[in-house]
Amino acid sequence: MEKDQSRGLISRRDFLRMTALGIAALSGGGCGDLWRDRFQEMSPEEIQDLLKRWEERYKKRYGVDIRVKATGPMEGVLFGYALDLSRCIGCRRCVYACVRENNPSRDVQIQWIRVLRLKKGEFRLEDSEHYYNPESVPEEGYFYMPVQCQQCERPPCVKVCPVKATWKEPDGIIVVDYDWCIGCRTCMAACPYRARKFNWREPALPKEEINPDTHYLGNRPRVKGVVEKCTFCIQRTREGRYPACVEACPVGARKFGNLLDPGSEIRYILENFRVFRLKEELNTEPKFFYFFSLGWA
Amino acid sequence: MLLLLFLPFNAVAGVVTEPPPIFRSENYPCSTCHEAMSPNIERRPLQYHQEIDISAHAEDLFWCLNCHDMEERDKLRLINGEKVGFEEVYRLCGQCHGSIYKDWTAGTHGKRMGYWNGRKRYLLCTHCHNPHRPRFMPITPEPPPLRPEETLWKKIRAEG
Repeated sequence: MEKDQSRGLISRRDFLRMTALGIAALSGGGCGDLWRDRFQEMSPEEIQDLLKRWEERYKKRYGVDIRVKATGPMEGVLFGYALDLSRCIGCRRCVYACVRENNPSRDVQIQWIRVLRLKKGEFRLEDSEHYYNPESVPEEGYFYMPVQCQQCERPPCVKVCPVKATWKEPDGIIVVDYDWCIGCRTCMAACPYRARKFNWREPALPKEEINPDTHYLGNRPRVKGVVEKCTFCIQRTREGRYPACVEACPVGARKFGNLLDPGSEIRYILENFRVFRLKEELNTEPKFFYFFSLGWA
Repeated sequence: MLLLLFLPFNAVAGVVTEPPPIFRSENYPCSTCHEAMSPNIERRPLQYHQEIDISAHAEDLFWCLNCHDMEERDKLRLINGEKVGFEEVYRLCGQCHGSIYKDWTAGTHGKRMGYWNGRKRYLLCTHCHNPHRPRFMPITPEPPPLRPEETLWKKIRAEG
């Protein structure tokens, strides 16, 4: 290549030529993502192309066939979650079921559920501990409170995103388009529940541990520099299944269902138990409820 | 046995229960041994079923034959004398634990699996609770999350 020796730079002519070639290459093959619309504005065909491109990329990166879905929301469904604080024993089975299901980075660890240990008889979140590690649980004098994305009806994280890479879906799930996220982490600062996690590095996800059933807005493998969070297992719940944490809980403390269905378990809980939402005073209106099925126990 | 895999649970439509765990026990059916034995209603230390400990479950009130039927040895017995199979154990437990039974029927006590809008898999009382000693034993928790200095910082430092 002909260089301008006096300044050690590429000549203007070469620069223009390369730029033109680069643009042609990008638009012509493989990198259609660069020119695409926001996810919500894409046509079904465009979405199908996008999913296919990602499946190919994952195949190349991991050597594993990963299915990327974009299952849409169901009509008349608003997801809600309830967690029974009388029952939770703090065993963290939910944390690891979530990790197995949702393909977060393992080596530099990312976990979407954080189990807080609090002293019985008081409710001081500032004194809570999530690194507790006793021989066995539950421990005398403590209760446990798992915290994950609360799927707010008025989500501060969505409000602050400068590029609208995160939004509330019609079924109430707050999702992130990892392709659109610029990694500014403003949403993490805005979230009062510390529910969002950032990929500071290229995620370390061993291919043997990949869950190949993924959703574009959910558990598909992430890249460096994007924010991720709990999506109520969008890849499962939009097909009618329970989230992984619900099925993993050994004491049945986790309940999930459709808030708009009067016959659902979640509605039974809202109507029959003492229910509260975390940091209610912030008016974020979480769709994640905590309740006590027993007197204080 | 295969038929029992998906027993319909009559209270809620579209719900399936798992077969009771006793069906997998090497001691089942109970009648294999008990058919030939004459029932002994005396409270006594058990010779054979030594693993069974009812000392933590209303010990003053209960003896084997409060719940296990004396004549039909593979059945349970309700207070009114009705005999029920092990797959309907919730009716037996529900006699005393009425509010829990109600919550279980509504799906808020215990574990449901499968589909939130369709076929749900129910677990029976005895899947999670030892019927002779129902309170849960403590279990070992999964490891705590790594502290930042054990994960990200360590990695960055290692690379210089």
